[in-house]
Amino acid sequence: MSSVTAAAPKRTRIRGPVTWWKDPWRKPHVLRAATWVYMVWSLAPVLVAVMFSFNNGRSRSSWQGFSTQWYIGKNLPGGAYSVFANPALRTALVQTLRLATITTAVAVPLGLAFALGIDRWHGRGSGTSNFTMLFSFVMPELVIGVALFFVFGQALTMVPPGTWQQALGLIVFQMSYPVIIIRARLLSIGRQYEEAAMDLGAKPTQSLRRVLLPLLYPAIFASTVLVFADCIDDFVVVRALGGPSTSETISMKLYSGYRSAPTPAYNALATIMLVLTLTVMFIGLFVFGRNAKKEGKKQDAAEAFAVSI
Amino acid sequence: MTEDKLSRADRKKARRQRKARLKEEGAWYPKWYWPSFAMPGIAWLAVLFILPFYAVFAITFGYVNPLSQVTVPVWQPWYWDPTAFKEISCRVVGQCEPSYAPFFIRTVVYVAIASVMCVLVSYPVAYFVARYGGRRKGFYLMLLIAPFWVSYLMRMLAWGNLLANDGYVNKVLVSLHLLSQPYPWLDGKSITVIFGLIYGYIPYMILPLYAGLDRISPSLLEASRDLGANTVRTFTKVTLPLSKQAITAGLVIVTLPMFGDYYTTALMSGYNNTKMIGSLIDDNLNNNRTGEAATLVLILVVLLIIPMLWYLRTTNSETART
Repeated sequence: MSSVTAAAPKRTRIRGPVTWWKDPWRKPHVLRAATWVYMVWSLAPVLVAVMFSFNNGRSRSSWQGFSTQWYIGKNLPGGAYSVFANPALRTALVQTLRLATITTAVAVPLGLAFALGIDRWHGRGSGTSNFTMLFSFVMPELVIGVALFFVFGQALTMVPPGTWQQALGLIVFQMSYPVIIIRARLLSIGRQYEEAAMDLGAKPTQSLRRVLLPLLYPAIFASTVLVFADCIDDFVVVRALGGPSTSETISMKLYSGYRSAPTPAYNALATIMLVLTLTVMFIGLFVFGRNAKKEGKKQDAAEAFAVSI
Repeated sequence: MTEDKLSRADRKKARRQRKARLKEEGAWYPKWYWPSFAMPGIAWLAVLFILPFYAVFAITFGYVNPLSQVTVPVWQPWYWDPTAFKEISCRVVGQCEPSYAPFFIRTVVYVAIASVMCVLVSYPVAYFVARYGGRRKGFYLMLLIAPFWVSYLMRMLAWGNLLANDGYVNKVLVSLHLLSQPYPWLDGKSITVIFGLIYGYIPYMILPLYAGLDRISPSLLEASRDLGANTVRTFTKVTLPLSKQAITAGLVIVTLPMFGDYYTTALMSGYNNTKMIGSLIDDNLNNNRTGEAATLVLILVVLLIIPMLWYLRTTNSETART
């Protein structure tokens, strides 16, 4: 912590590198440099990709000047399409948002109810259900995608391929986020508030709605944001369950387009996706930060958010 | 008869008393109250997680139509036919042609190198943020979380731009005279795929590591130094053992999805000589060879079951402790 470095006594500048290295109170310059190199390495490539979406030419690797042609341009040279001139890419954008909305709207309430039930119900079966849910959480996405593809193809054939299958599959895969986040919050809240409410005459449903639910709002909110953002980016499940071409999402377009005919239009598409996710996350962070302040907590909002992830 | 009635009345009375006692103690809910909350989720998991899993078995051990070569699922375990499963396992081991062994070996090697590199790269960063973050901890954490908000595909695509023949990486390396001519990074190079895996999954490693390192009390480290240990000894004898569990957790979190990954190698190379298990499953699925895809998925799950169960057990005991 900073107290350690602050307590470091002033020393003479001249000393050998070995002494410097062995000094336990020296400032962590090497670590700081490594951290910053890591940060740049992890984030700069994305910024470069965003930059190339504004490239005034077909290249995605050398800069030819600024233009917004890959977003809104018409009649581009060589028959290339910009994002908004290509109806397929527009459809993909709509499909992505539609799937994310449906999934969030179902997965979060489902996960909330599941978390409450599992947390309070100590009978036979609660342990098994919890284990199954966690198992679905750690299972590689490809396994879930393929398994769902089989079950929709061979058993649940009444579910049409495309949006329906994708949404149902995504909900299974995303439900565990709200469950995990809300359960963690439930554990930290404890039962005393509810019990106090019921001692004061509240019925179970009243104490749940008027006492417990408001206490859970931050967790519910965090999981909503997380699920929505994750749905926008989801690729494996959505692709395994994709039906007609109208059910292709941005991520599927990125994957297929990047391999067949790469143009900066795909960078533009990825940038739009990034902006979508970032908007959702920033709204989340903003509201979450305000909530945390209201509760009088000193913990940094970002830190709380990170821990909840 | 009368005895039976009496006992029934007794039981009723006992139940009423129990209810009254629970009510007096505080929160009381009818027995069905909380299970009913969990029911929709349980039903969902049963139909869309357990049943699909069973479908993988039903197809793996299913009936292969000799004419169309299409696998028909067999839902009754007593009719299961292991021939197809044996055939694929034989290919996985490398005894039958076409051999799948190279894909499995390659996957294990890629994942091993990539996950070890993930630990080596992320440990100093997580350590610095946890220990020296100070007032800026929130800011550093924001930067560590930021990659989560960028889609995985976009992050791969970004490196695709940079590693192209006329991309910035080659330009820099050539201008520094480290390379005499641009290196074709994206033409089926294992090193690029491993690099992609590291880049893609490292954020998942850093956060659990950070959480583990942040929990270590600084006073322990100061005590170790007061007792005469130098920085290296303090690290190897105090910090590292205390963060062992975080490292293992991070390794599991990172390796599980890596084993199911097919898009990293597809985007960073796209060549046959860098395909992984995931690519094999994906190819089979795209070519309607459902039987093979199901068998490979099953084998993959069997491979991963031990790390998965380990992770579930430790996280469960951790939540029980808190």
